Amino acid sequence: MYRYDQYDQAIVDARVEEFRDQVARRLSGALTEDQFKPLRLMNGLYLQLHAYMLRVAVPYGTLDSRQMRMLGHIARTYDRGYGHFTTRQNIQFNWIKLEDAPEILAELATVEMHAIQTSGNCIRNISSDQFAGAAADEVTDPRPWAELIRQWSTFHPEFTYLPRKFKIAVIASDTDRAAMRLHDIGIQLVKRDGRIGARVFAGGGMGRTPMIAPEIAEFVPAEELLSFLEACLRVYNRHGRRDNIYKARIKILIHDLGADEYRRQVEEEHVAVKALGLDPPLAELDRIAAMFGDPPFESVESPLVPNGDAAFAAWLDQNTSAHKHPGYRVVTISLKPIGGIPGDASADQIDLMADLAERYSFDELRVTHAQNIVLPHVAARDLFAVWSALRDAGLAEANLDLISDIIACPGLDYCSLANARSIPLAQKIATRFGANGRQQELGELKLKISGCINACGHHHAGHIGVLGVDRKGVENFQLLLGGSGAEDVSLARITGPGFSEDGVVDAIEKVTDLYLARREDGERFLDTYRRLGMEPFKEVIYG
Amino acid sequence: MKLLTGNDLVSGDVVWWTGSGWSRHVAEATDVGDGGEAIARAEEGARRVNVPYLVDAVATADGPRPAHIKDRIRALGPTVRPDLTLKPADPAAGSWVI
Amino acid sequence: MADRDATDVAGDPSPALRQDAAGEQPAVTLEAFLSQDDAHAVRLEAGDDARALLPRLAQLKLVEISFPSFRDGRGYSAARILREAGFMGELRAQGDVLVDQVPHMIRCGFNSFAPEAAIDPEVLKRSVERYAAVYQRGADAAEPVWRRRHG
Repeated sequence: MYRYDQYDQAIVDARVEEFRDQVARRLSGALTEDQFKPLRLMNGLYLQLHAYMLRVAVPYGTLDSRQMRMLGHIARTYDRGYGHFTTRQNIQFNWIKLEDAPEILAELATVEMHAIQTSGNCIRNISSDQFAGAAADEVTDPRPWAELIRQWSTFHPEFTYLPRKFKIAVIASDTDRAAMRLHDIGIQLVKRDGRIGARVFAGGGMGRTPMIAPEIAEFVPAEELLSFLEACLRVYNRHGRRDNIYKARIKILIHDLGADEYRRQVEEEHVAVKALGLDPPLAELDRIAAMFGDPPFESVESPLVPNGDAAFAAWLDQNTSAHKHPGYRVVTISLKPIGGIPGDASADQIDLMADLAERYSFDELRVTHAQNIVLPHVAARDLFAVWSALRDAGLAEANLDLISDIIACPGLDYCSLANARSIPLAQKIATRFGANGRQQELGELKLKISGCINACGHHHAGHIGVLGVDRKGVENFQLLLGGSGAEDVSLARITGPGFSEDGVVDAIEKVTDLYLARREDGERFLDTYRRLGMEPFKEVIYG
Repeated sequence: MKLLTGNDLVSGDVVWWTGSGWSRHVAEATDVGDGGEAIARAEEGARRVNVPYLVDAVATADGPRPAHIKDRIRALGPTVRPDLTLKPADPAAGSWVI
Repeated sequence: MADRDATDVAGDPSPALRQDAAGEQPAVTLEAFLSQDDAHAVRLEAGDDARALLPRLAQLKLVEISFPSFRDGRGYSAARILREAGFMGELRAQGDVLVDQVPHMIRCGFNSFAPEAAIDPEVLKRSVERYAAVYQRGADAAEPVWRRRHG
């Protein structure tokens, strides 16, 4: 894992003092809310439906047990005993007092954490593959690259007042576990002639105008990556629309210019800026990468032994994945108990996960964009102990990538932008399908719910998506089918008129019944939908 | 009727204008008629409230009920965490929202 | 910025942050500058293309860049483009210039400031001196931390 040096620590400490100063000026009246708002947002502090909300960055989703325990401490001390893990691999606390915010940041800084650029029209937290460093199929660990970009983007003087927010994801496998092409910039690290470089996509995103990012560069070498990103951002900062907030994301600029013209402008800009010495020497990437080396895996092969406990066997099958090192598994801890709140974890659960990471996973945890937690390196012989502890804490739901493993935004229960409540709907769907082996029979089925068109719940990327809207003051839910945020990326399409909360659960049952009736060997729901097209699904819903 | 609401600047708590000050309880909110904007400006200027705005509401026997579900959820708390609402002991409190 | 009033008046830039004498000539619009030969001062609106100045950069003593709203960040790129092209004269940020933006502006090459509303000099001093380390090379003299790490 990355460790701060004196410079990193000094920068984060200075940020704490800067924010303390800004909060004091707000409380004294020296700053109006209009002036303070972008300053607090750039430190992840929102004013939500019930209170201030603080979003803490978990860079590329990686943290250690000490950092995880700090999150539990903050939940317990400054909030109401829980936190909410988000689709950008961060965590949010829902009940923060403005006057406490500087002290919380000071506490976070003691464990090399912060809330820098977790909101605002700037470059946000860099996201990555939650299996990084553990996946067998990666060409390299993407996190050193993500850290390099994190540092470059932190307080970037030119790109702090962009037309709109800017999200970057970095992966290093053909398998996409990070919805890479649905980011403003998506980077896939690839190997060419024995060297690693960046395949760069730009202009993807969800929101009210979802788009899949086109390729902008097929191979940018490591020593030019930051100047290339500088060029990408400068073209956007200069020419992105500022007259209409709904058209201000880079995807609109690239769509309007065309990918070829955007690429031409970026290449022209890159020629100008790469001569300026913006790129750190490769020794800097090497310095960072040295901190992401493999932990001391044991070479003894320890076989996977389901011990006769059916619940353990089901969890082993569903929630653990292949590891690059023999004898180890990647464990995904589901934060989606049937009937629970997707992504929420209590302070006690957070502490327990920290303990398990320390004891069984070389002190490492990951947050996934699907709002789960990963223990990346668990020896097979420890799996039963891990599972037993999780079970006792209500964290052993065996539903990874099943229909009850729902991504849901906070929705109208917490969010001031929402039009409808996402969480109660997620609870109803999970309850409907979560018993009697129904979800296991359906197999992989990614269901994603957003409470408004901003799409924080990734509904466009759901095999089944649900979008909550406000119909004359009443919550209404539109159903979408056929999206994917993986390497087979696609955007879901709306089936037709919307439903009530119960109505949309019934409609989901109809489409999954049709899938069960019509699926062919080995087909997932998404595959059957792609083969059959929308029409038969529409017919069973509305016919 | 019209209610004036906002958040406490320091704590972030949802608050309602009572005619003489701010309360966390919508039941204590008063009809501000046409005077809401002036009160909002003065109170925001004095930093006694943050981001105040006016909402439509209906007078009921239990007090004012905001017209929009968003403001009813603000008034009560998250419907999915009854324990964190202003009426944790009332299992039926959530039905007031819907 | 010894004197609050100095920053109250648009066009009367902050002496403390200046590195050369303030320009006296009134700044003309980009369009006017491009159509006349003898202007030494130009004002860029937020959407103007700073690169249009590059062929005649040598004759310019002052470029004033407008910030119609502190949220409009185009002026940061305009400033860097001019500094990258070698412009050595006065680069002035004018408009909705707030104390929390000034450090970024300095890093992008601005060396004078004409904010519409007064800036508290104490807050400005803290703001400008706060960060002892920066992550990226800008238009200022600050060395990025990767340079300090690797020499």
